[in-house]
Amino acid sequence: MASSYSKNLLLDMYRKMYLIRRFEERAGQQYTLGKIAGFCHLYIGQEAVAVGPTEALRPDDYMLSAYRDHGQPLARGSDAGMVMAELMGRGTGYSKGKGGSMHIFDIEHHFYGGYGIVGGQIPLAAGMAFASRYRNEDRVTVCFFGDAAANQGAFHETFNMASKWKLPVIYICENNRYGMGTAIARTSAVPEIYKRASAYGMRGEPVDGMDVLAMYEAVKDAAEYCRAGKGPVLLEANTYRFRGHSMADPATYRTKHEVEEERKNDPIPKLRAYVLKQGLAQDDVFEAIEEEVNAVVDQSVKFADESPEPSVDELWRDTIVEEGEEDVRPRERVLGMKVKWPEYPSGQELKVTWDLEPREQAEAADKKAGLIR
Amino acid sequence: MPELMYREALNQALAEEMERDANVYLIGEEVGRYNGAFKVSQGLLDKFGSARIIDAPISELGFTGLSVGAAMVGLRPVVEMMTWNFAILAMDQIVNNAAKLRHMSGGQLRCPIVFRGPGGAGGRLSSQHSQALEANYAHFPGLKVIAPATPADAKGMLKAAIRDENPVVMIEGERLYAIKGEVPEGEHVVPLGKADVKREGTDVTIITWSRMYYFCMQAAEELAKEGINVEVLDLRTLRPLDEEAILASVRKTNRAVIVEEGWGFAGVGASVVDLIQSQAFDDLDAPVERVTGLDVNMSYAANLENATQPDAPKIIAAVKKVLYREGA
Repeated sequence: MASSYSKNLLLDMYRKMYLIRRFEERAGQQYTLGKIAGFCHLYIGQEAVAVGPTEALRPDDYMLSAYRDHGQPLARGSDAGMVMAELMGRGTGYSKGKGGSMHIFDIEHHFYGGYGIVGGQIPLAAGMAFASRYRNEDRVTVCFFGDAAANQGAFHETFNMASKWKLPVIYICENNRYGMGTAIARTSAVPEIYKRASAYGMRGEPVDGMDVLAMYEAVKDAAEYCRAGKGPVLLEANTYRFRGHSMADPATYRTKHEVEEERKNDPIPKLRAYVLKQGLAQDDVFEAIEEEVNAVVDQSVKFADESPEPSVDELWRDTIVEEGEEDVRPRERVLGMKVKWPEYPSGQELKVTWDLEPREQAEAADKKAGLIR
Repeated sequence: MPELMYREALNQALAEEMERDANVYLIGEEVGRYNGAFKVSQGLLDKFGSARIIDAPISELGFTGLSVGAAMVGLRPVVEMMTWNFAILAMDQIVNNAAKLRHMSGGQLRCPIVFRGPGGAGGRLSSQHSQALEANYAHFPGLKVIAPATPADAKGMLKAAIRDENPVVMIEGERLYAIKGEVPEGEHVVPLGKADVKREGTDVTIITWSRMYYFCMQAAEELAKEGINVEVLDLRTLRPLDEEAILASVRKTNRAVIVEEGWGFAGVGASVVDLIQSQAFDDLDAPVERVTGLDVNMSYAANLENATQPDAPKIIAAVKKVLYREGA
C-alpha cells in the first residue's frame, strides 16, 4: 500500500528526530567534559514524542514542556547553537545563560518554556488555551509532562477546569515509565495515565510514543477536536528514555536487558525502515540528511564554545520589567535577525464574546442543588 | 469627594480597569454569582459576563497557574484569593512561575498579573485563618507586594497594579473592607513603590502599613495629648521598599518605631530596621523599636486573640521607649 504521507513530511520528521538524537548525544558528551553543569535531562529515545506533534501542529500553536526540554524547541526550529549555548551557560543562549538546560524558552517559535517543578507547567498551558478561547482564536496549546507529574495536584486541578471550560489544550504525557528512579506503577493506583481523563469527562487515549507517525496522527486528530471547541485531550505517549533521568543518573534501577529490549523500538531506524519499504527514498538520501545534521550539531558546539559568558551586569536585568521596557528577542539579539514576535490585541480592540458559563446553565445547576439566588 | 468603603473602592478600581481594558478579567472563588466572599466583586458579573468574572473551583494552585499562563500570552488577569491563607496552596505558581518567568526566559516573557485578597487577622478565626503573610512574598525578587490601608490607596494602587507589567501581590486588610474614607472619582492611580506620610510629625517616625496604620494613628492622637509629635509613614508598598521616604523621615525625627501585624522574626520590619541602621545610623537618637504580632499562633479566644496583636497601647509604649520616656 502506498504511503499516505508525503516524502517531504517523512524526511522532515527523520531530520528532526536525528537532529535531536545527535544534539543530545553531543550535549551528554559536553556534560562529561564539564562544559554543561547542573541537571541535564536528555531526550534520547523519546524523539518521536516531540516530532510527531510538531509536524501535526501549526507553527503558531503554543507549546510548553517540563525540564526535559531540548527536543521540542529543536523540533520547532530553534537555533541549535543558541540552545547549546544556553546549556553551556553562555550569553548567546536563548535566555542569556540564565536558565540553562531546564529552562529553554523560544517565544519566536511559540515554545513557552521548560519548567523545573514537576507538573508546574500543566496549569500554565490551560491558561494559554484560556487566552486563545478568550480572544476567539483557533489556536491550540500543547503541553508535555512526564508520567510522574500525573500524580501532582496541578494535574487534577487543571484537568477539571480545562474540561469544564472546554479549553483547546492537548496534554501529552510522556510516559517513559520512571519518575526519576521510581517505576510509575510503584507509586500509582492507576498506572495507565490516559484513563484519568475519564474522571473529568475528557478525551484520553494511549499512543505509541516510539512511533512518530502514531504521534502525528494522534495530535492531528486531537488538534482538530480542540479547534472545533470540543475541549481538551489527554494523550499518553508510551515511550522510553534510553539514558538515565539526568546526566547524574546511572539508571541502576533498571536492567540492561530492559534497555536493550527497548532499544529495538528506537523510533529513528523505525521511520527509516518505513520510508525505505515504501520506496520513497534510498539510503543515500538519509546519509545526506545525517551529514547535514551532523554539521549543524558540530557547528552548535563550536558556536557555544566560542561564545562568551553573559556579562555580570546581566544579573540586574530580567527580574522586573521596567516601564517602557521591550521584550528580548533572542535571535535578533544574538544573530541580528529580524524576527516576528507575538502580538496581542489591545484592550480597546478586543471584544470578548465568550460566555464561559451561560446564565441558564448556572441557574439550572443551582436549582438542581436546591440553591436559590 | 465621595466617601466609600474599602471594598467599594476596590470594586470601583476593578470596574474601571475592566471597562478600560478587555484583557483584564477577574477569577476566584465566589467572585461571580455570589458577588464575592467579601463583596469586592459585587455586581461585576452582570456588568462583564462570565468569561471576565469567573467563578473558579476551589483549586487555588490550579486557577492561579491558569492565570499565570494567560498572562504569559497577553491577558491581564486579576486573581482573587478568598484569603491569603488559602493562597499558600498557590505559592508554587506565584513564586516558581510568575516571579521567575521574566528571568528564566532571559527577558522574552512578561507576566502582568495581580494576585489579591484579604490578609491578616480575620477576627475570631483561629490560626489557619489569621495570618499576615506579606513577609513571605516580599522575600522574592520578581514580585511587587502592596498592602494599602485606606480606601483611596486601595483604589489607586489596585489600578496601578493592574496596569503594571509585573506580577503584583496585593494584600488587603480582611478587617478593613468596611472601613470608610474619601476616594477620588475616576482616574486615580497611586504609583507602586511610594510610601506616604499620612501624619506629619517631628519627634518620632512610626512606620507601618495596612490595618496597623489605624492603631498607629490612634496612638499618635493619644501621644499628641502628651505633647509628643508623631510622624506616621504608611509604606503602602513593601516591595520595592520606598527607601528614600523611610530615610528622609528618620533623618527628620531621629527615632523610629516599626509596627507590623505579622510575626517579627524575618518580618518586613526587620528589613526596614536593617535599612535604617545601615543608612541612617548617625541620625538615630535611640535604637529602633518594633511592635509585631507575638511569636505564637493565633488563638480563637477573644482575650488571647487581642493579646497576640499589636494595638495602640503597645505602640504608645514603644514610642515612649525610643523617646526614653518610659513610665512617663
